Amino acid sequence: MSQDFKFMSKYILSIIVTALLAFVSGLYMPWWGIAVVAFLVSAAIPQRPAFSFLSGFLGVFLLWEVLAWWIDNKNNGILSQKVSSLFGMGSSTVLLIVITSILGALVAGFAALAGSYLRRLIYPGPTAVTP
Amino acid sequence: MGQFLSPQHGFWQNAEPVDKDFGQDLQLAGLKEPAEVYLDDRLVPHVFTANDGDAYYIQGYLHAKFRLWQMEFQTYAAAGRISELIGPKGLNYDREKRRLGMVWAAERAVAEMEKDPVSKEEADAYTAGVNTYIANLRESELPIEYKLLGYKPELWSNLKTALFLKFMSLDLAGYESDFEYSNLRSLLGYATFNKMFPISQDSLDPIIPADTLNRTPGITVKAPAGSDSVYLQGRDIFSVEEVRKPSRDNGSNNWAVSGIKTKSGSPILCNDPHLGLNLPSLWYEMQLSCPSFNAYGVTFPGAPGVIIGFNDSCAFGFTNAMRDVRDYYEIHFKDESRKEYWYNGQWTPTDFRFEHIIRKDSTEYIDTVAYTVFGPVMYDKSFSGGRRANTKYLAVRWKAHDAGNELMIFNGLDHARNYTDYQQSVKWLHTPGQNAIFASKNGDIAITAQGEFPAKWMRQGDFVMPGTDSSYQWQGMIPQSETPFIYNPERGFVSSANQFPVNPLTYPYYLGGEYHNYRGLIINRYLSQENEIGIEDMMKLQLDTYNPFAGMARPILLKNIDSSSLSRDELKYFEILKHWDLHYEADAKGASVFKITWDSLKAIVWDDELAKANERGFYPVNSTLLEGILRDSTYEFLDNINTPVKETLRQDINLAFRKAVATCKNLDRDGKLSWGKLKATRIEHLANLDPFSRLDIDNSGGGYAINAVRNDHGPSWRMIVQLTKNTEAYGIYPGGQSGNPGSVYYDNFVDNWANGKYYPLWMMEKNEETDKRVKAIIRVTRF
Repeated sequence: MSQDFKFMSKYILSIIVTALLAFVSGLYMPWWGIAVVAFLVSAAIPQRPAFSFLSGFLGVFLLWEVLAWWIDNKNNGILSQKVSSLFGMGSSTVLLIVITSILGALVAGFAALAGSYLRRLIYPGPTAVTP
Repeated sequence: MGQFLSPQHGFWQNAEPVDKDFGQDLQLAGLKEPAEVYLDDRLVPHVFTANDGDAYYIQGYLHAKFRLWQMEFQTYAAAGRISELIGPKGLNYDREKRRLGMVWAAERAVAEMEKDPVSKEEADAYTAGVNTYIANLRESELPIEYKLLGYKPELWSNLKTALFLKFMSLDLAGYESDFEYSNLRSLLGYATFNKMFPISQDSLDPIIPADTLNRTPGITVKAPAGSDSVYLQGRDIFSVEEVRKPSRDNGSNNWAVSGIKTKSGSPILCNDPHLGLNLPSLWYEMQLSCPSFNAYGVTFPGAPGVIIGFNDSCAFGFTNAMRDVRDYYEIHFKDESRKEYWYNGQWTPTDFRFEHIIRKDSTEYIDTVAYTVFGPVMYDKSFSGGRRANTKYLAVRWKAHDAGNELMIFNGLDHARNYTDYQQSVKWLHTPGQNAIFASKNGDIAITAQGEFPAKWMRQGDFVMPGTDSSYQWQGMIPQSETPFIYNPERGFVSSANQFPVNPLTYPYYLGGEYHNYRGLIINRYLSQENEIGIEDMMKLQLDTYNPFAGMARPILLKNIDSSSLSRDELKYFEILKHWDLHYEADAKGASVFKITWDSLKAIVWDDELAKANERGFYPVNSTLLEGILRDSTYEFLDNINTPVKETLRQDINLAFRKAVATCKNLDRDGKLSWGKLKATRIEHLANLDPFSRLDIDNSGGGYAINAVRNDHGPSWRMIVQLTKNTEAYGIYPGGQSGNPGSVYYDNFVDNWANGKYYPLWMMEKNEETDKRVKAIIRVTRF
């Protein structure tokens, strides 16, 4: 089992776990539940800070992208077009979905980054720098 | 931002699946017995309950489910609380509402409502229904407007219901022009004023035509000495301006035809109330069915009951009474503390009411309003409404201040079985005064010019009155026993279209107010001529776009325009005007040329007088000018008082036409001269959010036509009910059943409304549960 594979599987696992738990948090918590989730996941699964950030970012980016797209599709874009033009973006639904996902992704990414630094603080040493 | 964009919390949650299944099983704490709600293909709920209270409870629940933001927003506006939502921009609006005494009046109305066990039960059940919905509302389900503006709904209360009803009173019984009138009278003289704003019209066809009123009036009103001469003679100028004046265009049509004139042999009742058009719509359609009544029609999100509609025995509707029930008195305070005012020869103590206006940043603005025997002192040094400064103390006396129990009229009509029930029900309506129309399956038709109106002497309340003693006060209310009505007249129909309710020259009390005469004329002409009337004829009549005003005015224009001296351009528009078929059709350029020419003439004729009185833009109604020049081609106002020469009708009209052509040419070049484009009907979202509005509706209709569609105003609900054994009814309103801009049901009626289509109104029977029109079932049980 190569180091690369181990690293990749942690990375992918983080993304999937972040996305799943973020979804669950959305059912029971306010919107910033995604930050809590990303923070905890990166504190629990040790990765380098940059990759922690990326897995938080991507986890929520994918989740929100899929959710927003799914909702918009079921709604025939009725509301997204109106909200887009309310914010002066014409009636571009795609842009609104991307902005939505990036915003959630950034929040989660930075929360994950914080989580990863916290872990380093508590468990300094080689475990934190696997690859 | 995250809150708003989160797909699991924010606006995405308001993006309703287009094929959403609204069916559910609900357990609600306030329900007494199990109930069912059947939602049909237009999302109209058919509510079946085991008792009255449950019907109103579920009505409240459904209003909140589909229209919560609008309900609350309207009551915020009524109570002068807009500052809480939009900040300092709302302050003047809020102060105006507070100083008018809106909250004070609503509090008095609640006390009255809660005194009667019937209306109390109804209001309580409704309030409980709304609050059950709010209590179970998750954050993600909040209407999108809350998410955008960043606030949350409060609990509902009977006071909010009362506030909503006062809001309707303000819209319908809040229009007057006392300050404009005072200034015009003061600066132009009483004689000139009387000619510009006469108390009657030549083309008069009152709602109550026959002389059913020839009994001795119960109240003899006496005008105080000097009221028609000394008072206001060149001395007083009022600089107050209303922040938001109720619409001058509020009006409506209703008529009922007796079975002798219909194809089916049964009466037909029609009603189309003309009101400001908004999204979400003022109206919400529903059927309420319980053992004691079964009513279908439009309801007000914010109040219980069916407002305009029909039940198993009869149909009912309204048009606005238009009378002036809001007057002002100039108060003389002892000093700036406003603690005492001079009244009937002595210093009288003032009451103060502290209005706490909360700003968006949660700080308070406290407005201290002085209350006198006349009412609240609305305008003073600190508040003039508009831009100009004001130093006078002006108290407002408004009929809507008086406690009334208006819920009972709708309760009564929803339950009404016959003419007697109708008559008893409408007596509950005090303000806003309405022409209440009625038809029943046993063949009766009737109309009542209902309301509680002050008994006024000639011109009382048209001008600001002295408030130092009781001589100018209202001397009493016209007794309800004298309310003008007609019941099964020989001519076979009753109708109203905001014209004079009675002949103002012979009626013992002064009416006040502004009236629209033209729609009534053509409705009555049509109904007297036609027989064998069917539902399609009634639809055609409601959608009729003939402009009777232009029918009378165009000949004078054409006769006076000097066509031989016109340029090629001018001739082109002259021909368009000449060949127009007098209908407000969407593609008719003639309708636009006529309007632009008339408006230009109106300005030429009146602007000089209005400028002298500093009341620019406050034009007399168009019938005054038309009747003036029809009567007399040397009508005195044709002269421009600022020039040494005496202008003639011919000169004025030619000048007006030349000016109009310049405007027409520009519009034509931009492709905007067709009537539909010029009128530019729009249905604006209540918070003026354009993407949530429907702009640029290019349809037919216009102010003087029966189909009175204007820019932001028009037939807000068109209804036709044929009272055959099985009722056959049609209706439509320009909106949709859902208040959610993310729903397909938000504005799905708009295009059909604009194109003059109707929906069949389905009075569902309990055993029709499996009918294919039922799209979803909500089963409600007690929690």
